[in-house]
Amino acid sequence: MRYVLRRLGFFILTMWAALTLNFLLPRLMPGNPAEVMLSKFHGELTPGSLHSLEVLFGLNTHQNIFQQYISYVHQLLTGNLGTSLSQYPQSVSSVIGSAIWWTVALVGVTTVLAFILGTGIGIVSAWRRGSRLDSIVPPVFVVTSALPYFLVGIVLLLVFGITLKWFPSEGAYYVTTDTPGFNITFFEDVFNHAVLPAAALLITLIGTWILTMRNTMITTLAEDYVRMARAKGLPGWRIMLDYAARNAILPNLTGFAMSLGFVVSGAILIEDVFNYPGVGFMLLQAVGNEDYPLMQGLFLLITVAVLVAILIADVLTALLDPRTREAG
Amino acid sequence: MTATVVAPTPTQIPSGNAFARVFRAVRANRKATVGAILLLIFILIALFPGVIAHDSPSADNYTPKLGFTTAHLLGTNTFGQDLWAQVIYGTGSMLQIAFIVGAATTAIAVLIGVAAAYLGGLWDGSLSVLTDVLLVIPLFPLLIVIAGYAHGDSIWVMIISITVTSWSYTARQLRAQALTLRNRDFLEAARVRGERKLYVIVVEIIPTMTSLIVASFLTNALYAILFSSGLQFIGLGNPNQVSWGTTLYWAQSEAALQTGMPWWALAPGICIALLGTAFALLNYAFDEIGNPALRPVRKARKVGRARG
Amino acid sequence: MADQILEVCGLSVDYVLDRGNVRAVDDVSFTLDHGEFLGIVGESGCGKSTLLFAVAQLLAPPAQVTDGSVTFRGNNLVGLTDKQLSAVRWKDMSVVMQSAMNALNPVKSIGAQFKDVLQAHGKPSKQEVHARSAEVMRMVGIDPVHLRSYPHQLSGGMRQRSMIAMAMLFTPDLVIMDEPTSALDVVAQRALMLQIKELQQQYGFAVIFVTHDMSLVSHFSDRLMVMYAGQIDELGRTRAVFDHPRHPYTRGLLDAFPSIRGPKAALRGIPGNPPDLGSPPPGCRFNPRCQHAVDKCFETEPALFGIDGSLVRCLRVADGSINQ
Repeated sequence: MRYVLRRLGFFILTMWAALTLNFLLPRLMPGNPAEVMLSKFHGELTPGSLHSLEVLFGLNTHQNIFQQYISYVHQLLTGNLGTSLSQYPQSVSSVIGSAIWWTVALVGVTTVLAFILGTGIGIVSAWRRGSRLDSIVPPVFVVTSALPYFLVGIVLLLVFGITLKWFPSEGAYYVTTDTPGFNITFFEDVFNHAVLPAAALLITLIGTWILTMRNTMITTLAEDYVRMARAKGLPGWRIMLDYAARNAILPNLTGFAMSLGFVVSGAILIEDVFNYPGVGFMLLQAVGNEDYPLMQGLFLLITVAVLVAILIADVLTALLDPRTREAG
Repeated sequence: MTATVVAPTPTQIPSGNAFARVFRAVRANRKATVGAILLLIFILIALFPGVIAHDSPSADNYTPKLGFTTAHLLGTNTFGQDLWAQVIYGTGSMLQIAFIVGAATTAIAVLIGVAAAYLGGLWDGSLSVLTDVLLVIPLFPLLIVIAGYAHGDSIWVMIISITVTSWSYTARQLRAQALTLRNRDFLEAARVRGERKLYVIVVEIIPTMTSLIVASFLTNALYAILFSSGLQFIGLGNPNQVSWGTTLYWAQSEAALQTGMPWWALAPGICIALLGTAFALLNYAFDEIGNPALRPVRKARKVGRARG
Repeated sequence: MADQILEVCGLSVDYVLDRGNVRAVDDVSFTLDHGEFLGIVGESGCGKSTLLFAVAQLLAPPAQVTDGSVTFRGNNLVGLTDKQLSAVRWKDMSVVMQSAMNALNPVKSIGAQFKDVLQAHGKPSKQEVHARSAEVMRMVGIDPVHLRSYPHQLSGGMRQRSMIAMAMLFTPDLVIMDEPTSALDVVAQRALMLQIKELQQQYGFAVIFVTHDMSLVSHFSDRLMVMYAGQIDELGRTRAVFDHPRHPYTRGLLDAFPSIRGPKAALRGIPGNPPDLGSPPPGCRFNPRCQHAVDKCFETEPALFGIDGSLVRCLRVADGSINQ
């Protein structure tokens, strides 16, 4: 499985790049932001937290940059992302932990839905070229794919949340009246709060995926083996799915995973519009509070998540495409 | 690394000099025409804002929170500024970003993509790895972190950081296409004539890739718009500058939607969407021009007339 | 005629483009008998592949049949839907394409693709599927163990032969082949041709074989059709066409192939290029490149003229001003 090993290698390389970026950025920025931050919070920190910050940002240290780097990596590998400054004394990891499930739920469900619907519509639209469906699909989705995430969020919020009041307009659940627990009212509450943000994400995401899938499908349909399948008298659905779609989807799998970077961007913006307490919202607050450790921690987390998704997509491609198993 | 990018085949735009070709291609394709007209309208607005909006966008001595009135077409915000002026004057800033970042990013992408394809070997390997890594790291969070450290008071911080990070997608497409060109006869002829590599790259390869380069510019401009407005929206641009994203930011922080001033947010938002759509339409149209298989298909009439 | 299985009558195929229609196949008529081997030759772009796809009803937009009929075993195939055609497809008429690498689904094993076909036309049991698949593989000389392989795992020659095996699944009456040997080296080409001929003699199916390699096909075909610019220029028994070519184009083609035996003669190609089918030259389409062209060749479009059992589209052959 040389192919998978190569992809694993790439995964590690990119992880390393992200780590290093995180390391270099505060040190390269003009105005030495890390020192500024430190002076703001200095009095309130325990020696332990102080030290972890110093390692993260290279403050008050006589080590040269390479030694700093090694201490940094070492600290990260022990799972220590530092202490959050805005939510002191909590560690960055535990702060992230509280927000992460909201984003996973929101983004996870929406992405899966967008993928299924997106590829489905793309496939059918390409199969029925020249039909009315196909003449509507490209223009409509070209427009939706160019819409900025926050606009869709704002419009949905305005129309359904504020004007029509069908759905709540912010938060993940009614914080004042509801307490988290495994009961129906809580779930219902969560669901209601998630509808608008999820819809906003879905609408903006699905366009690109439909169009990409449609284009690949159209190119695949022109292939000789599809023509052969017709010549053999195979039933239409089998040609569409087994011969065309199976091949069309392959180049797109990794593409879809890579677009997760954009899904995340969209999630950040939408969480902002709806004050939805996920990691995106948290990142923005961290920036506002100049809570650099939290910022860094979140960036790393988001990057890891995207990279893992891509790795999974690569493995899936290897499983589905027999040619990659040989080529390596 | 598996080629996840489908290399578009370089193909002919109808004959004639470059401008005539592009013009004809745009006119022939409905999507392109709509996109081009939209873009033109915005460019005109950006160049002559004073003609359309009579107030200065930063003047804040008007009665705040007005609805639609004849003096203030879109009303005013909580600071007493005229919203119509804000939106009109904001056009210039957004177009500036779109074109500068779009062009700069495309330039980098062409340079790296074509160099990687043509130079091959170790150069290709290292440039490709660099491209792939940058492709995969989530850019918006990275931009947020950069902006978080930088406290951008100047729009140039944003322009530079977006340019430096977002060239990788188009670089990959360009490299893929340059690779398919690499072994073509006319390049062999140039090599045999003894032309230097740089000459071959600039004079032979790049002109053949024109349609993809234009498409790349459109893609990059679109992303510049989305990224920059996104950053401004969350407050990481320069809040004192007049631009659609910052207007949205103020709308959001003053809870415009909830306090009955929806157009404070909707107007700039819709403008962003329209400008983005213009670029997206042009981009999609160029895809169709470059790849005839994607063009709209007329449903075939069933013919069946037996002849004796 | 009881022996005839295919009659193509006045078939025309147009490419419907924005700039107007381009006629790729112009008024082609021919018949085919049981077990007959018809070779169709011509340059690239002469319309032979389009003709083939039209006969097999495999055209895709923007190409479409605009006139004529294709009568196969008494039924006109033109205008039938895919569902109606599936009764005929593969069981009575099968297709072999030029590049097996492109014609086989890359993500399915050979055996799986055979199974798809068998199941599309009946309800065979698992054993029946396996038995028949193995049988056709052996017919073309491939070990049935390769049914488990994926297309990219086989060599070029093996891939091409497995395509032929697939075409044999129902031992159809007609097998249409589009340049099946072009992607192979010379040795493999001949081996494949011999295999095809052997199968044909054993199972008695008719073959329409499209190629640009006239000398290759002439060893195996009963009749030969020469196409140029979408039209038939010459059609007749192979030996007649090959030994006594009448149309100037056919003669030009033959003069371009060296003969291993016989006197050393200078090779002569045919100068010029095939015409743009969007705006063909007035009169005979070959006139820009024909060394025998006279005034009327530029004015009148020649019709097919019967002479000595062959059909020739040339005004000067028709009026006898050229003869051999």
